[in-house]
Amino acid sequence: MAKKITLPLTEKLAKTLKAGDEVLLTGTIYTSRDAGHKRMCETLARGEELPFDPKDATIYYVGPTPAKPGQVIGSAGPTTSGRMDAYAPTMMSVGARGMIGKGARLPEVIDAMKKYSGVYFGAIGGAGALLAKCIKSAELIAYEDLGAEALRKLYVEDMPLVVIIDSEGNNLYEKGREAYLAGRK
Amino acid sequence: MREINVSLVTDTVEKLCIDANNHLPEDVKCAIKNCRACEDGEIAQGVLDNIIENFEIADNENVPICQDTGMACVFLEIGQDVHFVGGDLTDAVNEGVRRGYDKGYLRKSVVADPVRRGNTGDNTPAMIYTEIVPGENVKITVGPKGFGSENMSRICMFKPSHGIEGIKNFILETVEIAGPNPCPPMVVGVGIGGTFDKAALLAKKALMRPIDSENPDPYYADLEKEMLEKINELGIGPQGFGGKTTAIGLNIETMPTHIAGMPCAININCHVTRHKSEVL
Repeated sequence: MAKKITLPLTEKLAKTLKAGDEVLLTGTIYTSRDAGHKRMCETLARGEELPFDPKDATIYYVGPTPAKPGQVIGSAGPTTSGRMDAYAPTMMSVGARGMIGKGARLPEVIDAMKKYSGVYFGAIGGAGALLAKCIKSAELIAYEDLGAEALRKLYVEDMPLVVIIDSEGNNLYEKGREAYLAGRK
Repeated sequence: MREINVSLVTDTVEKLCIDANNHLPEDVKCAIKNCRACEDGEIAQGVLDNIIENFEIADNENVPICQDTGMACVFLEIGQDVHFVGGDLTDAVNEGVRRGYDKGYLRKSVVADPVRRGNTGDNTPAMIYTEIVPGENVKITVGPKGFGSENMSRICMFKPSHGIEGIKNFILETVEIAGPNPCPPMVVGVGIGGTFDKAALLAKKALMRPIDSENPDPYYADLEKEMLEKINELGIGPQGFGGKTTAIGLNIETMPTHIAGMPCAININCHVTRHKSEVL
C-alpha cells in the first residue's frame, strides 16, 4: 500500500521514509539533469544564489519531451541518476534533500544523504507517458538555452515513487535483490 | 534499374521516427505481459503493471513511450539496382529525422561535439548504417536508441582460447554491472565475430530483431535461451528492485572472424526497445 506524502521534504518527513516504501508524492519539485547541475554547482561555487530556494527541495532528474498543444508537459520519466553523483552532495549541502531518478548512486552520495537526511526516490525508468499524467503544472524557471535540460518547476500530484535509498543509507537495490534471491532458495 | 526520389526517403524516415517512439513493437509488449504473469513479488508486479499502463497510454494518446526519444539509428538496406535521384541521401535522412522529431514533439538529445557539447537542436545527425543488398527495394529501419542503456554497453576482444565460457561470463558480467541503470527489464543484443567495429554493429542489429525470434543456427539459438535464463537468475528484477524479470529478450548475431580473435560486443537496451521498418 503506497504512502501519501506531501512536500516540502523536511528532515522530519525524510526520516519517516524507508528503503522499499512505495509513495505517492504531491507538491512542488524542480527538474534538472547533467548540464543544469553543472551550472548550479558553478553558481554556488561563485557564491551566488540558485534559481530556486533549495531548502527542503526535491530535484527530479528528467529532461522531458516537448509538450504537445494542450499538454502540461511531454513524456517525463527519470534519467540515470549516477551522472548527477558529482553534483548531488553539493546540492544536499545547501538543503536540496530529495532526489528522484533511477539507477545506482556512489558511496559518497549515500554518505551525504546520511549527513543531510537525504532521500533518493526511484521513478520508473521508461514510463515517461505515465509519469507525465501526475504533473499538473510546469513552469520554466532558468537555463532556457539548455532546451530539454532547462530548469523547470513542476507541481505533481500522487507521483508513484519507490524509496530506493533512505536517510540511513539503506538501499533497495541491495535489499530487494537479496530478498528475492533468499526467497528462491 | 529503379529510380527513387530521396524525398520519399525523407517522408518515410519522418513517419518512422514518430511511430517508433510512440508505439512499442508487439513482440516486446507481449514479452512484458508474459513476464508480469510470472512475477510474484509485489514491487516487481507493480513496476511491470506501470510499464504496461505506460505503453498503453503512449499507444492511445500517440505520445512518446519514454522521454529519451534517443539518437535516431537509421538502417538502410539498399537494393543494388536502385538509383537515388533528387538530392543527397544523407541529407534526405537527416531531414526526415529533423521533421519527425519536430512534428512528433520528440526530445532533441544530440550534441554537436562529444567533448565540447552543445545541443544541435533538431536531433540530427542521424546514425546512418547502409548496406547494399540484391534487388531494387530499399528497406528503412528506424531504431531510436536511448542512452541510459547505451551507456551500459561493452565490448571485449577475447582470445580464441577463452571459448564460449569467456563469452557467457562476459554477458553475465555486463548485465551485472548494468544493474538498475538501463531501466530493466532489458533487452540484450550480442554481437560475436568480425572485427572490433563489426562486432558492435552486430550487437546493435541484434536489438533490431524481434525478441520472439531465434538465431537460425541451433547452437546460437540454444545459447540465446541459456543466457536469457541465466540473466533472469541474477535477481536484479524490474527496475533493479529484485525479481525474476531482469531481461525480456536476448538476441545473438555472429559473423566470421580472424584466426587470432573472438570479438564480443554487448549492446544493452531498456524495456522500450523500439524500431519500425518500411520497404520502399
